[in-house]
Amino acid sequence: MSQFAINLIFVGASFALYIGIAIWARAGSTADFYAASRGVNPIVNGAATAADWMSAASFISMAGLIAFVGYGNSTFLMGWTGGYVLLALLLAPYLRKFGRFTVPDFIGDRFYSQTARIVAVISLLVMSITYVIGQMTGAGVAFSRFLEVTNTTGLFIASAVVFIYAVLGGMKGITYTQLAQYCVLIVAYTIPAVFISLQLTGNPLPQLGLFSTHTESGQPLLQTLNEVLVELGFNDYTGMHAPQNTLNMVLFTLSLMIGTAGLPHVIIRFFTVPKVADARKSAGWALVFIALLYTVAPAVGAMARLNIITTIYPDGIDQPSLAFDAKPDWMLNWEQTGLLRFEDKNGDGMIQYYNEANPPQIAIDEGWEGNEMVTFNQDILVLANPEIAQLPGWVIGLIAAGGLAAALSTAAGLLLAISSAVSHDLIKSIINPGISEKGELLAARISMAFAIALATYLGLNPPGFAAQVVALAFGLAASSLFPAIMMGIFSKKMNSSGAIAGMIVGLGSTVLYIFTYLGWFFIPGTNMLPNTPDNWFFGISPLSFGAVGAMLNFITAYLVMKMTAPAPEHIQELVESIRVPKGAGAAVDH
Amino acid sequence: MSDKSTDDYWKANIRIITISMVIWALVSFGFGIVFRPLLSGIPIGGTDLGFWFAQQGSILTFIVLIFYYTWYMNRLDHEFGVEE
Repeated sequence: MSQFAINLIFVGASFALYIGIAIWARAGSTADFYAASRGVNPIVNGAATAADWMSAASFISMAGLIAFVGYGNSTFLMGWTGGYVLLALLLAPYLRKFGRFTVPDFIGDRFYSQTARIVAVISLLVMSITYVIGQMTGAGVAFSRFLEVTNTTGLFIASAVVFIYAVLGGMKGITYTQLAQYCVLIVAYTIPAVFISLQLTGNPLPQLGLFSTHTESGQPLLQTLNEVLVELGFNDYTGMHAPQNTLNMVLFTLSLMIGTAGLPHVIIRFFTVPKVADARKSAGWALVFIALLYTVAPAVGAMARLNIITTIYPDGIDQPSLAFDAKPDWMLNWEQTGLLRFEDKNGDGMIQYYNEANPPQIAIDEGWEGNEMVTFNQDILVLANPEIAQLPGWVIGLIAAGGLAAALSTAAGLLLAISSAVSHDLIKSIINPGISEKGELLAARISMAFAIALATYLGLNPPGFAAQVVALAFGLAASSLFPAIMMGIFSKKMNSSGAIAGMIVGLGSTVLYIFTYLGWFFIPGTNMLPNTPDNWFFGISPLSFGAVGAMLNFITAYLVMKMTAPAPEHIQELVESIRVPKGAGAAVDH
Repeated sequence: MSDKSTDDYWKANIRIITISMVIWALVSFGFGIVFRPLLSGIPIGGTDLGFWFAQQGSILTFIVLIFYYTWYMNRLDHEFGVEE
């Protein structure tokens, strides 16, 4: 059977499963559509949250990010998991007790202000829409590589599938498809990693393999990797290197953590469980399911980096390297996508891979004319992994289905956050409070359909700055929503003026800092300072500023609160009531 | 339920949250980044303890923290009679 047929079977079967679940889990009420009627088992919700959260970026990109930087990019591992501690301890149980459907719902009611609600809706829409673009383009890439259709066709198929289960089932349909998608993506990610770990270290657990002895060299795997990298003129793997510095590493990690805890599509997942205690437990399970991938990713990164080097230099750097006409199939396959490119600069018919900026002695002695692996897109690392390790065809089919599961599950969660902000927060709470339950459900379905159409359009015509905008989404979540929600729970006296001023200062300073270095609205050439570490304020990169924005938000809110009247009595009582679990069942609807 | 016990419940909650957040920060920002040079003497599989905390140890600690907090709070909810 051809690889194409195998891929088709795996992807087709997984899609049939998602659609089957959608038909089984139709939504009959707004409570179904927004919160799956709060009847989701906390462990199931944990798995659904894991799929919701782990996007194409986690599945496809993260191992590559770590592989090519090493220790310095541990920030992604700590940042994208540490946020769950914040969620479990500071937000999820109280928001569940509050018992509404959306994040702007909480901010609007707690700060008794339509202005606060609107600021929250705007932040939510900007961050969710920018985030969803990345998912749609990710799905398009996976389709075009594995199913040999054009990017456009791939995107339309992906949108059609999401449309069926998101519009029909709302949160209920999305929850159970996300559970299935979690299973598909974790199996797809783990199997190749286990085989590669066995090949390199003899240990079947990649988490242990990373710190085990490399069978071939007889010394620890990371030591071997460090040695070959230094030999080729690259930075060693386990050290910290410029432009990374300690302060920036701390702030970037903190921004990712706070941003994670402030992402509306993750927060709303905790509205689906029956009890407050379940919300805490569910966050723990979500992190367990996420950790299954996040502890494998650094092993995949390090092992793939070593595998690539040993493929090019099978007998060591001083021996003849891989010949151009002896390239393995995976190189030929990926060269067709343009994401991998070689160029025989010195015309010797062999590939030389090294750091041109810091050429090793051998490059000078042999007269090498430059690094000949000209392009290696970090995103292909995970997708090409089974081929690099020469695993059977069905593993490749599985990776294709897994990549799509990761992209589609996150897209669905984001689309739900977008549509509920429109139908519930804009239509029901602001424009037409008298709307019937049926009318609101219809509005929710129509806004979902519109959100999908918009995401498809943006996926087909991605703005050139998509990657930077995803960083902006985290900055926005960290600097606007997280502090407002947290103060709403932990400070009884926090009032509407304080919260609104805080959100505006947090949001404004973060956007301003990002635009200063990346250009106004990301238009190239409009940046006021060059985006290099020397120009960064205290060496803080624009991507790390979310944590600073959050601190400015807290400080501003506190100062403004001190100068104005504290929150009214009935709001302080509301805060008292969300602090204790008792009575959550009664507060389900309004 | 009297106001006294609500206050005590909340104080106990804040206390366990504070302790957990200190551990949360210590394993990630502390052991994983800022204090890594201090841990460089403790070798682990070709690198040092700080690297392990940055790539694995902090994540495992986070999981333990959440489940411990869940267990602790369930007990506290019961003790103060505020569970659902």
